[in-house]
Amino acid sequence: MAYQAYTLKSVASRPERLSPGHRMCAGCGSTVGIRGVLRALKPEDRAVVTCATSCLEVSTMTYPYTSWEDSFIHTAFENAASTTSGVEAAYTAMKKKGRLDETYKFITFGGDGGTYDIGFQSLSGAMERGTDMVYVCYDNEAYMNTGIQRSSSTPLYADTTTTAVGSKSDGKPQYKKDLTRIMASHHIPYVAQTTYLSNFKDLHHKAEAAIYTEGPAFLNVLAPCPRGWRYEESELMGICKAAVDSCVWPLFEVIRGEWVLNYEPKKKLPVEDYLRMQGRFKHLFKAGGEHLVQEIQDEVDRRWDELLGLCGA
Amino acid sequence: MSGNQAAAEAIRQINPDVIAAFPITPSTEIPQYVSAFKADGLIDTEFIAVESEHSAMSACIGASAAGVRAMTATSSAGMALMYEMLYVAASDRLPIVLAAVNRALTGPININADHSDSMGARDSGWIQLYCENAQEAYDNLIMANRIAEHPDVMLPIMICQDGFITSHGIENIVIEDDSEVRTFVGEYRPGKYLLNPSESLAVGPYSVSPYVIEMKRAVHEAMVKAKDIVRLVSEDFGRAFGREYGFMERYRMDDAEYAVLLMSSAAGTGKDAIDALRDKGVKAGLVKLRMFRPFPARELADVLKRLKAIAIMDRSDGFSATGGPLNAEVRAALYGEADVKATGYIYGLGGRDVRVEDFFAIFDDLSGLAAGRELPYCRYIGVRE
Repeated sequence: MAYQAYTLKSVASRPERLSPGHRMCAGCGSTVGIRGVLRALKPEDRAVVTCATSCLEVSTMTYPYTSWEDSFIHTAFENAASTTSGVEAAYTAMKKKGRLDETYKFITFGGDGGTYDIGFQSLSGAMERGTDMVYVCYDNEAYMNTGIQRSSSTPLYADTTTTAVGSKSDGKPQYKKDLTRIMASHHIPYVAQTTYLSNFKDLHHKAEAAIYTEGPAFLNVLAPCPRGWRYEESELMGICKAAVDSCVWPLFEVIRGEWVLNYEPKKKLPVEDYLRMQGRFKHLFKAGGEHLVQEIQDEVDRRWDELLGLCGA
Repeated sequence: MSGNQAAAEAIRQINPDVIAAFPITPSTEIPQYVSAFKADGLIDTEFIAVESEHSAMSACIGASAAGVRAMTATSSAGMALMYEMLYVAASDRLPIVLAAVNRALTGPININADHSDSMGARDSGWIQLYCENAQEAYDNLIMANRIAEHPDVMLPIMICQDGFITSHGIENIVIEDDSEVRTFVGEYRPGKYLLNPSESLAVGPYSVSPYVIEMKRAVHEAMVKAKDIVRLVSEDFGRAFGREYGFMERYRMDDAEYAVLLMSSAAGTGKDAIDALRDKGVKAGLVKLRMFRPFPARELADVLKRLKAIAIMDRSDGFSATGGPLNAEVRAALYGEADVKATGYIYGLGGRDVRVEDFFAIFDDLSGLAAGRELPYCRYIGVRE
């Protein structure tokens, strides 16, 4: 896909579509992602934003206030994508009947709980039906809104409030689900995985591609949570960089079935360096935890090699 | 034609902007007809063949909030899967129309008629109208949009007919002229909506304690007002098409001493039984309730107060101490308003036939009740012992 020349300054000067004054935490990854995605909208285009029940929803639209400049709808936890299906069908009907001239884009946000788990059926259905929308998962790897419970996105051995660490538990005993790959298996026009790096170019380009590709698109954004991951607010960008450099969260796109690797670290960072930045993995670094870290490393390596194969790299 | 076909004909004539539906017996035929109408260019509805009823209602909410007419059809477990979203539709004040084909809720699984599905939705904020036959299913659907979309109401509405008995039974019915129906239904002009370029809208906020009770009271007040609007739209319908609908139908009630009260298709069998009893000199009558939400409590008490005894017949069980939901609500309506002896029956669950003989037995009970015999608050009838 051909991109226009990107500068952070020019896109950051676009009108803000998520107003300040919302109640999200300092150091939260999700608002960074949401603002980044919204900046990819052409200023002249309108949008209807749908949001699954989540931190984002309860903190940005607490009656009688809203932070959303665009029209916004929340209905429940597990159905953001099918709610957008209805909005998009209404748009098509109004357009056909000449009741609307303006161009609208449809963007749906959900956390990993609302996307990998309870909202997965609704998402899969909307994508299969070809709904012209982009679904953005802000993946913070647990149910943060209800207090840091495990999801199918939570990584192996993370400490959460429903995978408590104790003398007989090392944290979550299962691996993280690879949702981006599952969405690629829907054979929709555009699927991508991204997070926050340096000048946000990767996020911007993928958001732009996802919004302006006709048909369904899925964007998975790693969005760290300072409460759940236990890091200092200022460390957000460093953690995202480490996730990418350790190949825990590779940057790639699947454009009409073609897998494209967007970044290959010159020197792969040991996964230990990424894990040590986060309190949720603190228990792995007590004496005797070495084999647990190795187990995580082995799975990261295996998945990375698989991805290289898919991308023909 | 069948009740499902009658409902589909109404939908064809209304030509809603969006229909989102999922197949479930016995309402499946309705989206099938919609698909065929679309394939033949008879409607220009956007039809979303969703992956579940939860998504069907979610998509209807999205479409209705976006500013268009949205409809769906469902039954039984499908409606149960929608329950969460039914409350959201009512709270968001969206005039969605649902063609409900009543079927037993699973436990055990069964595909036949009873009212356990829509009775589970009775507190969701939806208007509920019940139909005896295909003609009523058609007529009530023609009236549905105007009731739901009235500015004093703005609540979703479900039009309920009995699974298989009505939905698949073939009857002769009157289908009105397309253009006359479209004139009667009119164009939908949404007030506030998502796709309004001159004003953004936020729908479905997180609401804290200082606001929720006011929102619920607004739904409550709209439901109270809906009573007048149902009356007005029904009167208008009568003028346009010649068929009269009130909150209830009173069958041979003018001089009745004993009566049964029920909803939907069993009224047909009940009327046959009443005729036979009248031939024998029993002053029997029947009240068929059309409107369960809003509940016409005062009007019911007025109709029932002259009776010696009344039998209230529920096609679902609430497993409460006060019988099925109809039993509980009718008795609450009578309390302090009318001194009528009453007893309750649960009948017809999972499609069990209710027979003329069952009505005879009930009227026997009623004369005993009037003469001072003790009867239970509620019991089952038509059960194999």
